[in-house]
Amino acid sequence: MDFKTNENQKMIADMIQQFGKQNITPFVREWDDTQTFPVEVFKKLGELGLMGVLVPTEYGGSAFSYTEYVTAIEQLSILDPSIGLSMAAHNSLCTGHILQFGNEQQKQKWLPKLATAEWIGAWGLTEHNTGSDAGGMSTTAVKDGDEWVINGAKNFITHAISGDIAVVIVRTGEKGDSHGMTTFVVEKGTPGFTSGKKEDKLGMRASETAELVFDNCRVSEENILGNVGDGFIQAMKVLDGGRISIAALGLGIAKGAYQAALQYSKERHQFGQAISKFQAIAFKLADMATEIEAAELLIYNAADKKNRGERMTLEGAMAKYYSSEVAVKVATDAVQVLGGYGYTKDFPVERFYRDSKLCTIGEGTSEIQKLVISKQIIG
Amino acid sequence: MNIVVCISSVPDTTSKINFTENGSKFDSSGIQFVINPYDEFGLTKAMMLKEKAGGNVRVITVGDALVEPVMRKALAIGADSAIRINANPTDSYFTANEIAIYLKENPADLIIAGRESIDYNSGAVGGMIAEILNLPFVNACNGLEIDGNSAKLCREIEGGKENLSASLPLVIGGQKGLVEESDLRIPNMRGIMQARSKPLMVIEPSSDENLTSSESFEKPAEKSACKLVEIGNEAELVRLLQEEAKVI
Repeated sequence: MDFKTNENQKMIADMIQQFGKQNITPFVREWDDTQTFPVEVFKKLGELGLMGVLVPTEYGGSAFSYTEYVTAIEQLSILDPSIGLSMAAHNSLCTGHILQFGNEQQKQKWLPKLATAEWIGAWGLTEHNTGSDAGGMSTTAVKDGDEWVINGAKNFITHAISGDIAVVIVRTGEKGDSHGMTTFVVEKGTPGFTSGKKEDKLGMRASETAELVFDNCRVSEENILGNVGDGFIQAMKVLDGGRISIAALGLGIAKGAYQAALQYSKERHQFGQAISKFQAIAFKLADMATEIEAAELLIYNAADKKNRGERMTLEGAMAKYYSSEVAVKVATDAVQVLGGYGYTKDFPVERFYRDSKLCTIGEGTSEIQKLVISKQIIG
Repeated sequence: MNIVVCISSVPDTTSKINFTENGSKFDSSGIQFVINPYDEFGLTKAMMLKEKAGGNVRVITVGDALVEPVMRKALAIGADSAIRINANPTDSYFTANEIAIYLKENPADLIIAGRESIDYNSGAVGGMIAEILNLPFVNACNGLEIDGNSAKLCREIEGGKENLSASLPLVIGGQKGLVEESDLRIPNMRGIMQARSKPLMVIEPSSDENLTSSESFEKPAEKSACKLVEIGNEAELVRLLQEEAKVI
């Protein structure tokens, strides 16, 4: 395996930094303060090809591998983790689900709009009473002639309000039956399909999170992805790849926090020297750098397996678990390095600190990752 | 219209410049290379001209394999093909001569170089190419409009600008004004992907003739420490300005 950064990754990193300087960095504080999801910036990122990174060119995508995808999420997350999270949700969940399980007609219908961010995508599995225990979901779809009628609500959904299209997994069979769920694509404007309350969150405040509500929402049979009853199995596969996204998001947060701490520690003088010269700070930085390197290697290992089409449930869960925990730890330590300034909003580390916590929760908590990992190793 | 843009791969403007081997060699370790900014204005102008009137944009450079990432970036921005003349040039004449030899075989209607490269600053390649090919040349060009076979150009002169006209084929040394900074293009994902499959031709140099060679490099002397004058001690400030800085 060769983990050397390739030329595409360098160009993508350059592109994002160049774009971010003008379009993201000056506004990050404002978006965070006001909980604004910057739709226009998201669309511009779509024009750059960042909203269909893995989508083949015939559907309007950029046709890159997971390796470049990781770089893109990581680099965006260094600038603003909220944008990184939104990009991850759009690419790997909504778009990724249609790409993996849609038929040719469905792919041609939806992917070109999603890959360019002409449409923003949402994906719904979680409900108020079912998070990790998705098999117990209560949102249902009942067949009525050529249509299906969906009732219920999906909770904690990225882009639930601004999204133009949602991929949702709902119950079509018995509770607890892993073949009792089916995936539907629901377009904005479908009668009975609305969005609910927007969450006021600790972090990731520029990424929109809200509820999707279905009230006798009638959807055509043609909007089913794959077969009736395949929904849960599909969702688990989508989440396998999704873990790489959140791991990359955590990596970006850790790098952003680490860079800020490293720079500050060299500039801040106490007792006649830069605080980076004190072992207490220097060792913190050494830990941060080591853990970031380890997280990065786990992620590229999982991405490499995914690129080869090999099963990567174990590697993906390990990468997601470790990188998320590293993000929280590094961001916490970065606040400590910056001391009082780290606690203020004038420096970016407090935001990384708040944003990082999402990583150990979203798309499967650290505990669920450990469950996945232990099942894989114990059998 | 057939356009060739001459690209120089130069250290990023924020690079720390060092020399090794007793000041005789540039130390490229840890240096990020970018498209020479003057060339990037030219490349962007070329893309705009192509979009308006059709045609083809080639980028050309003289350099070893290490400059290929910069050429692929030019392809990602939108050039159709790239040519690398496989040599490490050490003076402007060598570079200009090699490019001119290529252009004799593969002519272009418009050849855009930068007014200078931001590393060695010799600002001579464009003019030399024009001389060797016996073509008109306008340096420090900050405005260009093409109508059929004729060009209206604008050139920066001391304290103002000069409007000129010329006919194609033509060589210019471009700079800001040809396009503005806001016109510069960030290569998108599709461009980056396509750059891999666009042709990047490597041709061997025809000669090894340098007219000049560099003996050594020197960096400017380190700035001396800042002197702070206490409030109430203005007489000392005046004395320093008069006797040490000699500015009043």
